[in-house]
Amino acid sequence: MFVEQFLNGISLGMIYALIAIGFTLIFGVLNLINFAHGEIYMIGAFVAFTFVTIGGLSLPVAFLLSIIVAGFMGVLMERVAFRPLRKSFPEATLLATLGLSIVMKEAATLIWGPETHTISNNAQTMFKLGSVNVSLSQVSIFVVALLFMIGLHLFLTKTYWGMAIRALAQNREAASLMGVNVNLIISVTFAIGSAMGGAAGVLTGSYYGAFYPSMGFLPGLKAFVAMVLGGLTSIPGAVVGGLFLGLSESMASSYLPSGWKDAIAFILLLLVLLIFPQGITKRKEA
Amino acid sequence: MFSKEVSLYKVIAFGALIVLLVMPMFLQKAYYLRIFGIAGIYVMLAVSLNFISGLAGQFSLGHAAFYGIGAYTAALVSLNFSASFIISIVAGALVSMIAGVFVGLPAIRLRQVYLAVATLGLGEIVRIVLLNWTDVTRGPMGLPGIPNPLIFNWEVNSAVEYYYLVLIFAAVTIFVFHALSRGKLGLVLRAVRDNEQAVRTTGINTTLYKLLAFVIGGGFAGLAGGLFAFMSSYISPDNFMFNESIIILAMVVIGGLGSLPGSIVGALLLSLAPEFLRFLDDYRMITFGLMLLLMILFRPEGLLSEHWANSFFKKKLSLKPRGINYDIGNN
Repeated sequence: MFVEQFLNGISLGMIYALIAIGFTLIFGVLNLINFAHGEIYMIGAFVAFTFVTIGGLSLPVAFLLSIIVAGFMGVLMERVAFRPLRKSFPEATLLATLGLSIVMKEAATLIWGPETHTISNNAQTMFKLGSVNVSLSQVSIFVVALLFMIGLHLFLTKTYWGMAIRALAQNREAASLMGVNVNLIISVTFAIGSAMGGAAGVLTGSYYGAFYPSMGFLPGLKAFVAMVLGGLTSIPGAVVGGLFLGLSESMASSYLPSGWKDAIAFILLLLVLLIFPQGITKRKEA
Repeated sequence: MFSKEVSLYKVIAFGALIVLLVMPMFLQKAYYLRIFGIAGIYVMLAVSLNFISGLAGQFSLGHAAFYGIGAYTAALVSLNFSASFIISIVAGALVSMIAGVFVGLPAIRLRQVYLAVATLGLGEIVRIVLLNWTDVTRGPMGLPGIPNPLIFNWEVNSAVEYYYLVLIFAAVTIFVFHALSRGKLGLVLRAVRDNEQAVRTTGINTTLYKLLAFVIGGGFAGLAGGLFAFMSSYISPDNFMFNESIIILAMVVIGGLGSLPGSIVGALLLSLAPEFLRFLDDYRMITFGLMLLLMILFRPEGLLSEHWANSFFKKKLSLKPRGINYDIGNN
């Protein structure tokens, strides 16, 4: 039982980590929070399952396609709600992305209906690993998320675009003076962050076999908590924060009535914000 | 000297009050009166959030928490202790004020986005508590059977009576926030929003003032909640979800951050328009979202901006008949 809860926690934590990485990338480059990030996660799930149920594609193909769609949506989102507001007051993007997230959620409700869609898939298949029951989707979440993280690490350290993203995060003006195309790199950041958010949506959708228009709200918030736990700008930090949150939620759900589980993330958030009001890692004042 | 001048806004406010007072004579459908009652509650919520977010610049995404705490406290006090209406809603407002201290204390240490997310988290915690503390709140089943208010010998019963009850409360709320925002408190809060350090150098305890904004704003949101509980006689956690916080925030932003007339207009617009455009029912939330987004993109100062409001409050209406110069000797 303990081991199974532990595995659940790891799966949940990997999902939070994937979403949190998107938050972290965008926060690192722009110092802003994308409130509509959870909606990308939801759209990712819906697009993939539309491809599967209507398009008749296999899940892996639909998965890849929906990642691409999510990436494009991220780029679009940056054009709509971030770029025009770069010189506006700090809360402007917060409000704009809040508006955008409502629009996306409601648009999904209008397109796909407000109900919970269920799919039956073989991802729920259980098999025994030693004496422990493991589901196929738990393994796939772990493997896919890990691949994404390794890929991102290589991308950020080995490629020009990746290094440009890190340069922007350190100092946008200096990067711009060195010939980095700032707007392009910001678009790339959104594309990658959103693709990972979309991937998380597909993985969760197949894990629980269910998806619905408001599914992005809580995971989005919790991923934000994971990002805060991990120090806001650190990608390994976001992963650790996500795993910590996932594990504490699944461990607590064996001791607490299930309804209280969601409170854990917010209590952690408040504690961290109270102890480190400016974020865990000290950032230079903008 | 015979020259009479009155502030234009006072004339407009007085006119609006007269219209609202006589409106039930023409608008006899109970349904419409109820919609105006709900709109009045939203006006109270928007005006109180404007005090926190617009004036003091403390972005709150958890205003529904105060609203919910006020509603549940008032309902529980009324149901469990069969307390009178006045005592119940005052209890609701007081508990919301205490909640304001608890939200305000962490909030004043945080800035901008952190503050917004912290208030969101607090709002969620309140929702989770309402949903899961079933011994007291009955959880998702909600609290039914909240009695009609009895104020001295007046039992508020019909839609018309509820309409007037909300009208009184909304008018008093607007009056209080108008007075507060034009007084020293409002001045300090605006200054804190624009440059907190400069205010601190003048020896003002800015922390205390920010806390005060949360306590007062939260208190009035709680009052609105209590009123809502009695008006609808049934409340459940669904009435106080995150969406509600966003709708209230959208009202304030669309009306104009920091502008009291803006908040009133924003609240009326967003609460009345969907009711009178019934065919838009499915598109209610998406319209709010789009309006919020477009407003931030193209008119971030809102419909009636704070700047507009300030000059509006200064406009005088001269009661002199035109064309006659009473000021003899003044060329």
